[in-house]
Amino acid sequence: MSVETATVRRSASTGFAARTFATYGQEFIILACIVVLFVAVGLIAPRFISPTNLTTIFVGNAYIAVAAIGMSMVIISGHIDVSVGSLIGVLATISGTLAVSGYPVWFAWLAPVIVGMVVTSFIGVLVAYVRIPSIVVTLGMLSILKGGLISVTGGAWITNLPPDYLIAQFRLFGIPSPVWFMIALTALAAMFMRYTAFGRSIYAIGGNGEAARVAGIPVERTTVTIFAIHGLFAGIAAVLFATQLQVIQSTVPPNLELTVITASVVGGVSILGGTGTVVGSTLAAILFAAIGSSLIFLNVSAYWLRAVQGLLILATVLADMARRHRIG
Amino acid sequence: MTATPATSSETPPPLVELRNTSKTFGGIKVLKNVGFDVRPGEVHALLGENGAGKSTLIKILSGFHTPDEGGEIRVNGRPVSFSSPRDARKAGIATVYQELLLFPDMTVAENIFIGHAPRAGMGALDWNEMRRRARALLDDLDSHDLDVDARVGGLSVANRQRVEIAKALSQDARLLIMDEPTASLADADVRRLLDVVRRLRERGVAIIYISHRMPEIFALADRVTVLRDGSLIGTKDIEEVDDASLVSMMVGRSIDQLFPKVVVPIGAPVLELRKVSFKDEVQDISLTLRAGEILGIAGLVGSGRTELALTIFGITPATSGEILLNGRPVTIRSPQQARDLGIAYVPEDRGLQGLVKPQTIRENVSMALLDRISKGSIVDRVKESALARDAIARFGIRARGPEQRAGQLSGGNQQKVVLAKWVSTNPRVLIMDEPTRGIDVGAKSEIHALMCKLAGEGLAVIMISSELPEVLGMSDRIMVMNGGRMVRTFDRSEATPDVVGAAMTHAGASHAGGAA
Repeated sequence: MSVETATVRRSASTGFAARTFATYGQEFIILACIVVLFVAVGLIAPRFISPTNLTTIFVGNAYIAVAAIGMSMVIISGHIDVSVGSLIGVLATISGTLAVSGYPVWFAWLAPVIVGMVVTSFIGVLVAYVRIPSIVVTLGMLSILKGGLISVTGGAWITNLPPDYLIAQFRLFGIPSPVWFMIALTALAAMFMRYTAFGRSIYAIGGNGEAARVAGIPVERTTVTIFAIHGLFAGIAAVLFATQLQVIQSTVPPNLELTVITASVVGGVSILGGTGTVVGSTLAAILFAAIGSSLIFLNVSAYWLRAVQGLLILATVLADMARRHRIG
Repeated sequence: MTATPATSSETPPPLVELRNTSKTFGGIKVLKNVGFDVRPGEVHALLGENGAGKSTLIKILSGFHTPDEGGEIRVNGRPVSFSSPRDARKAGIATVYQELLLFPDMTVAENIFIGHAPRAGMGALDWNEMRRRARALLDDLDSHDLDVDARVGGLSVANRQRVEIAKALSQDARLLIMDEPTASLADADVRRLLDVVRRLRERGVAIIYISHRMPEIFALADRVTVLRDGSLIGTKDIEEVDDASLVSMMVGRSIDQLFPKVVVPIGAPVLELRKVSFKDEVQDISLTLRAGEILGIAGLVGSGRTELALTIFGITPATSGEILLNGRPVTIRSPQQARDLGIAYVPEDRGLQGLVKPQTIRENVSMALLDRISKGSIVDRVKESALARDAIARFGIRARGPEQRAGQLSGGNQQKVVLAKWVSTNPRVLIMDEPTRGIDVGAKSEIHALMCKLAGEGLAVIMISSELPEVLGMSDRIMVMNGGRMVRTFDRSEATPDVVGAAMTHAGASHAGGAA
């Protein structure tokens, strides 16, 4: 009898551990990778974990984590946006241009957020109501934004940015604002995804859109809203990107969309939709930033970063497939 | 157990034979010691309800499944074993499935010769030879009007089917298995197909013909085999049987024992339909559904049963007619409106429309009432968990707990989760489309008991089912549909397998508009 009870209890507790791991496994793995990386590289090159370098890593990459939050929501709902890099480039240019043209700084911060939401809502309408696959819509949008930006600005530098505009260089309690943005927005989004009815419907739509529709979830309207929220995060990311240096180059940061999508996918968001968390995507964004920086400290060519990212994508997608297979 | 058909001396030996064949999936025996044979140049009809084991049997013959230990497949009297569909094809067995397996962007000729195209040397395809042989095959099938260079995606269902048949013949098939070939054909195409089948028979091809349509079976078949619940009921010459005896062979069990129907008092009308139509799929349906009543809707696949459910639930909103709920006219243009009016729909395909498999039981159960258990827009997790635990207890869902992912449950338990999701919304009308399809016998009777209990609580239930015993056993009233129309309604007392089965199959031949 007592043996039986013990067995039951043990199996229940392994059940709990297994469940927790099944839900947050990816997050734990990435967190472990980050810790291992900082300790290992820190031992080889102590300056890697100096406050200056940590600041550089976070300030220079927080905007990727912020953009990956919106991207994760889009991917969890079963869609994708490959135009986000171009969008951030355009929004950063709009923001900087407004700032140097004498508009109030709050307007230079707010305008890109609103424009971003308008653009992604438009994408959402084409995806949800016109039923064009999101990869097609956003490939088109990528070309339009990128081409338009280069044609209008010729890739010129925007200089003489007013100091009070450079929000990414502000500090609170000694910690740079991009870190605060990254942490606060990730926490907010994570709670939004987990505890609100809307967050739940994002997972339902991505997990089985037909079932969601039959259950009375307004799939089209929700999809447009998800894209609009994604635009909101892209807008904030653009402002953080625009204000991290004293100048803005009005072009599209190379491969930015891939980095953002990679952060989501490696963070545990299933490319097939329906599962994943924004905590995972933020951790993955931090991991990439740390890998990039460590390559410099280890005197390895920065080109390896892309190869490492690629390997991580493949490994994660394989893990995702295995997990899907188990769920059935 | 094995009823080997008597082989008289003048009949030729069987082309293909199954002996003592069983098949077990996950501990459930879906085919039990079946013996079956086909002779050259005969049309052998295979009959049985959904889940009787027909598909399993043909999948064993076509090499998709291997039979359990002890079974044997013989081709021309020699034992063989198929480890893949390719082996079966090499032995001359070809199958034309309901969902045709063609490449829409390739031409007719390419599709016919996919995988075994004639070669010109150096590995290049011999296009002229391929087109010439495709033409000859299609002419053989009396399809002179079908262009070998046409893209298959642009063809009608009937023409695509001919391409499939030509493809089978191009591989020298001696046995052709046809799985409900006329299910989606118009009348004229059905007649042409029957001619094609007769031609093939004259050329000595053996044909296994699966269909629910009685007139076709009597027009074509030489012999007929009936399966029920995975067992062989019998193989008969077509002259020995008639409609009634075939239906009772298919259905033939004591219905009252299997379906412990609890008769509950019937209350006031809840849902009324007045001449409701959706395009030409649902035509002029009028019905009254009362509290505590289970209305069974019977009909063949494509008779408009599911379409009617989708129309009531607002997925394909009615194009004309009136729907009344508790005596008041309502407009239902979306599932959301239907849900808010107290209508619930447990869909036909739980994988497709019912369940979000990566989500937990808790998340699935609360999906249709998230706004009701949310304060502001925050989901009340305490209420939600309580709901899920209640559902697990009330519906007897066998799971580790509310946090288990729905996709990990067995079919019957998945169905209970979908049912729980909808019952949790406290509906007044519950529509269940094929509530027990693809789940095992034990889970089936649990679902049936739940239906009775819900009806006893005053819920008005519409049950759509392809299984005649289920319809007969569970319903207070039975409505038979055909061609989108209501053909007849029966009270529980007057409904017998024979009359309901006849209403389902017979009216189908004529498409008569004689609505009751």
